[in-house]
Amino acid sequence: MTQAGARGSRGSRGGTATLALPWPVWVPAVVGFGLIAVPVAGLVVRTNWPDFGALVTTDAALDALWLSLRTGLASTALCLLLGTPLALVLARSRLPGIAVVRSIVLLPLVLPPVVGGLTLLFLLGRTGPLGRLLDAWFGITVPFTTGAVVIAQTFVAMPFLVVSLEGALRTAGERYEVVAATLGATPLTALRRVTVPVVLPGLVSGSVLAFARALGEFGATIAFAGNLQGTTQTLPLLIYIQSQNDLDGAVAMSLVLVVVAVLVIVATRTRDVSGVR
Amino acid sequence: MTRPRTLVPTTLAAALLLGVAACGGASGEPQAAAGRTLTVSAAASLTDVYQELGAQFEQAEPGVTVRFNFGGSDTLAQQVVQGAPADVLATASTRTMQTAQQAGRIAGEPVTSATNRLQVAVPPGNPKGLAGLASLVGPQVTESVCAPAVPCGAATEAAERAAGITLDPVSEEQDVRAVLQRVITRNVDAGLVYVTDVRSADGQVQGLDFPEATAPGAAQSYLVGAVAGSPHGDLATRWIAFVTGPQGDAALRQAGFTVP
Repeated sequence: MTQAGARGSRGSRGGTATLALPWPVWVPAVVGFGLIAVPVAGLVVRTNWPDFGALVTTDAALDALWLSLRTGLASTALCLLLGTPLALVLARSRLPGIAVVRSIVLLPLVLPPVVGGLTLLFLLGRTGPLGRLLDAWFGITVPFTTGAVVIAQTFVAMPFLVVSLEGALRTAGERYEVVAATLGATPLTALRRVTVPVVLPGLVSGSVLAFARALGEFGATIAFAGNLQGTTQTLPLLIYIQSQNDLDGAVAMSLVLVVVAVLVIVATRTRDVSGVR
Repeated sequence: MTRPRTLVPTTLAAALLLGVAACGGASGEPQAAAGRTLTVSAAASLTDVYQELGAQFEQAEPGVTVRFNFGGSDTLAQQVVQGAPADVLATASTRTMQTAQQAGRIAGEPVTSATNRLQVAVPPGNPKGLAGLASLVGPQVTESVCAPAVPCGAATEAAERAAGITLDPVSEEQDVRAVLQRVITRNVDAGLVYVTDVRSADGQVQGLDFPEATAPGAAQSYLVGAVAGSPHGDLATRWIAFVTGPQGDAALRQAGFTVP
């Protein structure tokens, strides 16, 4: 209800017209919502509440939560650092073959994460073409390190940021940059002072999506980084391993993961709506 | 003008129907017109042996199709408890079989069909010159083992206790095949896997025996039982007799299992 109200007051044109959704929209919308919400509600019902506190404060659980938050933030930062320029190139450059580049960038959305993890392992593992050189020259082994977790998460999360940001860039268009350029702004100034502020909401929601995806990452991480408490065992890995013989613990920690994700999404969504626009 | 209005609900309905139909098709029973289908839920480590035995069983029982659901023993036991349509359950541990038994989902007593023991898997030629569990301890040797929560990890812990050492793995994998893969790809120097996994790797790894592999809790038992209330109870009984009979024993031995 509040959702509809918020959207109605936000709509600049049409007034109440935006509130009246045609009926064929409602039925599948409710079914779709239920498909996601009912299993999550089942999680709450299935939780062993009397032992909840003990289950989510074991050493392994706390280590995993802390590691998940750290690696999630690190990979989101890496996504921003690499994904923002990538989105700019995809949206604004007129290079031939840019469509091919885009479809390659989006591959992790389709690829089973475990395949992504395996290809990273083939590349950066001790016998991989790049991993062998890193090992021989610097004595660096990438797999089984926290760095490997961040690389795996960035691999699967970056497309989310790129897609959101590219969409925002295309919607915003280039008018303001053109004006800025005619007023004597260098391309870098126009990017910093005009483009980035204009697409900031897209950048924020893209980062949130990327963080959420990194937080839930499982397949690529376990294949590439392995699973060791405190070093590479993120919350989803611990949940999976735990689900093999301690369902109560697994369910309790899943709930923690859900709460963290909801908090992040709600916090940034409210800012997104009330903020720059 | 009116076209879009009628098109939208129609398209939505069609999409919904298609979705439901697609889902139904994927999970629906492939009902053989004439014959019967025996569904066997079996531990992933039995994959090769059971597929071979399945083909032999189908030849011996005309009109019968054997369908497999391979997976982790815990998952399979949970599925059977939740009412998955399986006729036979074959687990890689006593504990997981007990899960199904306690839920009243196993008819009669399950049978122990084979046992398995751990080996240290190393690259062919054993480049690090490893011997015994204690040689894996220390930073100069990287090893990978199963997580304690999964059966092969529990076996690894039992072997460590028997040897009086604590391993320092770089990774605790979710199943034994993941450990094997680490050794095959040379990302670790050694891994603790079962004899049958070493055998299945076809010379890509070499297995080293160690005395603690037969310590209590380290050896692994494979149990097979008929699922209670199955419409193919007679077939399930014949399958169990078959895999614990001469042909089953031969195939299991061939794969590296120890047959009681």
